Amino acid sequence: MTAAPPTRSAAARLLPMIAGRIASSLLTLFLVSVVIFVASSLLPGDAAQELLGQSATPAQIAALRHEMGLDQPGPVRFVHWLGALLHGDPGVSFVANMPVSDIIANRLPNSLLLAAITALISIVLALTIGIASAINRGGRIDSALNIATLSLVAIPEFLIATLAVLAFSVKLLWLPSISLVTPETGWAETLRALALPVLSLTCVVVAQMARMTRAAVADQLDRPYVEMARLKGVPFGRIVLFHVMPNAIGPVINAMALSLSYLMGGALVVETIFNYPGLASLMVNAVTSRDMPLLQSCAMIFCATYLALMLVADIVAILANPRLRA
Amino acid sequence: MSGALAMRVRNMRLSGRIGLALVLFWLVLAVGGPALAPHPVGAFIDQEVFSGPGRTFWLGSDYLGRDVLSRVLWGSRYTVFLALGAALLAVLGGTSLALFSAIRGGWTDEILARAMDTLNSMPSKIFALVLVAAFGSSLTLLLLIAAFIYIPGNYRIARALAINLVAMDFVQVARARGEGAFHIARYEVLPNMIHPLLADTGLRFVFVVLLLSGLSFLGLGVQPPYADLGSLVRENISGLPMAAPAIIVPALAIASLTVGANLLIDALKPGGKA
Repeated sequence: MTAAPPTRSAAARLLPMIAGRIASSLLTLFLVSVVIFVASSLLPGDAAQELLGQSATPAQIAALRHEMGLDQPGPVRFVHWLGALLHGDPGVSFVANMPVSDIIANRLPNSLLLAAITALISIVLALTIGIASAINRGGRIDSALNIATLSLVAIPEFLIATLAVLAFSVKLLWLPSISLVTPETGWAETLRALALPVLSLTCVVVAQMARMTRAAVADQLDRPYVEMARLKGVPFGRIVLFHVMPNAIGPVINAMALSLSYLMGGALVVETIFNYPGLASLMVNAVTSRDMPLLQSCAMIFCATYLALMLVADIVAILANPRLRA
Repeated sequence: MSGALAMRVRNMRLSGRIGLALVLFWLVLAVGGPALAPHPVGAFIDQEVFSGPGRTFWLGSDYLGRDVLSRVLWGSRYTVFLALGAALLAVLGGTSLALFSAIRGGWTDEILARAMDTLNSMPSKIFALVLVAAFGSSLTLLLLIAAFIYIPGNYRIARALAINLVAMDFVQVARARGEGAFHIARYEVLPNMIHPLLADTGLRFVFVVLLLSGLSFLGLGVQPPYADLGSLVRENISGLPMAAPAIIVPALAIASLTVGANLLIDALKPGGKA
């Protein structure tokens, strides 16, 4: 997009805008952390009670509450919590009794791997489907793809995942239905284990992404410059690749960043079904065992990722707008 | 009115009519399903577990030998009504706040919009998990949590619509007449945004169905003895290797409801081809 080096005046105009977006995202992230902290501290009964069980004496509970800092007022605890979080020390898991940062460091790479492969495949597929639909606007391929993606958006992740298991693990016996991945697993094995989770997640993400890509490309195809090029006799394939795509790339990247946020909701279900040792299944376990420090950290990571994706979408939209760039 | 409605349906494209049929089908089942169920919902009636479809049990039996058809009929009631209730509550809450925001303007609007933006910038399922962990998951709580999560999304859309309307001449005239804020919201602004709001209610309904059945599937939504369609998928997950109808049917049921609703909303969209 920024083929020519931006002139100073463009940079001077763009930088404050982008800095503003980043500051606004950080403010939102701070407010989100307040919401998460407040919601998860509203527990009826508290962690000390839960840890010690029913037989604990009031004195023991009071001592533990003091040790955990639960006897301090809410705002003080929030400041401590946020400060520790910023220093990379989100506390100790109630259930596993080990530092939350260790547990997460163990799981996070797995989730990132799953997300990266899914994103790569989804982007290629979504571009193909989106451009094919946009070129055939109103045609048969377009309406078929429209119905297909519209339906796929509304299908619950666990239906896709169970059908995939049924087809590839139960009937065809091609792929494992459980994705156990350890650091010792080789590359070929890891890819085989990841195949079904990636397939399920891709279905979730690609539908949304393809719809938004189609909208972005179709919007460009309706512009007068496309008609001009056609009247000049430029071949249609050339128009799409060299005239339309450079203009559509900004909105398309914007659409992709937005739809990648669907990965997170999808990962909760998909990681759980396939027993994949990632961050999302960790968070589900934290809810089941009411492990608040772990839950808070997982929620913060997901919300921060979500905000980062939105921020990227925003910044790309700013950079891609020629009126702001010139 | 009913004539116009019939016209609308006749002019709808095929996918829209299929969607309408699916939505009506599930609405009727949710209302009348328990009366149609051939067996009590908790009764153990089959010696075999995960049996396939047969003459006595149309959809086979589940992991405890209960009738799948009866359980799906009951489960659809929880899925449909919880989602309908939550979607209506979310739109009621979101639109009321949006009207308040748009008519008041100034600081009230600023603060409300910022708060809603914050809530909107958490992925809905992640937010739902935090709320379920904090409050629990009784049926009432699930209804309220789902409604609460989708208020900000509706607020954003309703506020955008309302702000445009508030700037129009007829609202200025009403203000000059000395009408109160409630009158302006209820009689001047709201009637002019009802169509997009209805479409948004439909979308919220689809979101809530997916959210709640996802939660139930993870074991964090509707708890026994109640079971919605998502819980049915979860409890029968061990029947997957046998391709038992007990797991396939409820999962397909959810998909047909949400896909149907989506197709219907898409066909009703103004500007869509008739």
